[in-house]
Amino acid sequence: MIDHSAHFIADHIHELKPSGIRRFFDLASKMDNVISLGVGEPDFVTPWNVIEASFHSLELGYTAYTANAGLLELRQELSSFLETSYQVSYDAEKQLLITVGASQAIDIAFRAIINPGDEVIVVEPSFVSYAPTIKLAGGEPVVVEATEEFAFKIQASQIEQAITNKTKAILICSPNNPTGAALGLDELNQIARVVEEHDLLVVSDEIYADLLYDESFTSFASIENMKKRTILISGFSKAFAMTGWRLGYAAAPEAIIAAMTKIHQYTIMCAPTMAQYGALEALRNSQSSVIEMKNSYRQRRNYVVKALNEMGLPCHMPGGAFYVFPSIKETGMTSEEFAEALLNEQRVAVVPGHVFGESGEGYVRCSYATSMKQLTEAMQRMKIFLKDKIK
Amino acid sequence: MEQKEVELLQLLEKNGRLPADTIASMLDLGIDEVASMIEKLEHECVILGYSTLVNWAKVLKHESVTAMIEVKVTPVRGKGFDHVAERIYRFPEVKALYLMSGSYDLSITLEGQTMMEISRFVSDKLSTLDSVVSTVTHFVLKKYKHDGVVFDKNDDQDRRMMVTP
Repeated sequence: MIDHSAHFIADHIHELKPSGIRRFFDLASKMDNVISLGVGEPDFVTPWNVIEASFHSLELGYTAYTANAGLLELRQELSSFLETSYQVSYDAEKQLLITVGASQAIDIAFRAIINPGDEVIVVEPSFVSYAPTIKLAGGEPVVVEATEEFAFKIQASQIEQAITNKTKAILICSPNNPTGAALGLDELNQIARVVEEHDLLVVSDEIYADLLYDESFTSFASIENMKKRTILISGFSKAFAMTGWRLGYAAAPEAIIAAMTKIHQYTIMCAPTMAQYGALEALRNSQSSVIEMKNSYRQRRNYVVKALNEMGLPCHMPGGAFYVFPSIKETGMTSEEFAEALLNEQRVAVVPGHVFGESGEGYVRCSYATSMKQLTEAMQRMKIFLKDKIK
Repeated sequence: MEQKEVELLQLLEKNGRLPADTIASMLDLGIDEVASMIEKLEHECVILGYSTLVNWAKVLKHESVTAMIEVKVTPVRGKGFDHVAERIYRFPEVKALYLMSGSYDLSITLEGQTMMEISRFVSDKLSTLDSVVSTVTHFVLKKYKHDGVVFDKNDDQDRRMMVTP
């Protein structure tokens, strides 16, 4: 039957490109015996105490809506967590908002700040939803490219060159998906100087903050004078292995949180109640699980980086998250061709780099959030795959 | 003990068969360093052995019986509990022995082929020891988890989608 409904779709949605990751998902899902390094989420199951606390909240009958901004108890716990972990203090009642994943926080942050035609500088390669979210909010994403030359760390000078009189904000994500690159204090300070000079706002996606392996994490909001210019976005998905719970948050100055909460209350009402009770337990009693998972990721990162470099796919040591971003340029293939051939010939799924922005071309994203057994097997298969492809 | 030694121990405790070169990559060490670290830890008796966790319930005709026995004893002057403990742990069928706080003193994990074997051990060997005052024997009906490993293999299935952003 012919579907005539397409002409009802709004023009700007027609123009929105579907995520390139989708096509790859369809390909990989039809095959057997695939080892996937294509998964952007932890391989751990949520710590049991968190699951149990959520059960218990349901048993007690906590099944109604919470306050729009989220359970006050959770915001208070979050406020002290942010203070102890990252030395940033936010008022639980006025400066924090619990959202449906960090993704929703990003969405409403842009909807709250963008006037039609405002530009937002986006650092690519990046998570797939940034540019579309900005467009959906009526803004113009302006891409700056983090290059391998600087270990995929964006330079403040590159940001500065992209600034126009329409620039409203800069979106940064450190540690980064897909490169794993983490900005150091120096780099953040330089970006802060540019932000101050041009009177900009920073949307700082810090979802991988707790998965930084060799240094301690610096929140952009903790840099001098930056708290009033930062929308800090994070969530429970990555550090606590709670992706499916869909729970994130935004921390920002009062007026911005009030504006975001306005959108939130009309479109979502509140984040799921049982997930909020789980998150409360996560903040209170799961730090040891986080450290255990983090140690395991670090060990796997070391293993994978060494294995990839040895097989001829050069790759820098990423500071955080659970991705490595090796160059496949030596093979002469595009990242799409590489990923497809690797899947067909050796049944290993990786994500072609161009999915994360044009500057990702020539690279693939490998997630090491999978068991050592699977990783070892995947590295062996990739080595065989590369045998006749690299001179 | 340095951090890398602790990590090495944690890795081997989970998987005693992890190859040295893999451990070396994971901990960012040379293979030789890992080998000498393991040797040192074995020498110091920090590493006491490498064993395999077997689900004997799945091996036909080799199903075994496990019992946990609570034992109350009279400690011997000058030797405390150690003397009687040694008398007990020398028996090869004693798989584990702990000194406990609380309402009894020693906890024994005993393995045998049959219930009869266990009861014979308790009545002939254990109860007849001079310092043993009383025993309570509990038989294990089903093992769900042992040494951190869940026996039901469906437990560690990867339930994630194949590719996600």
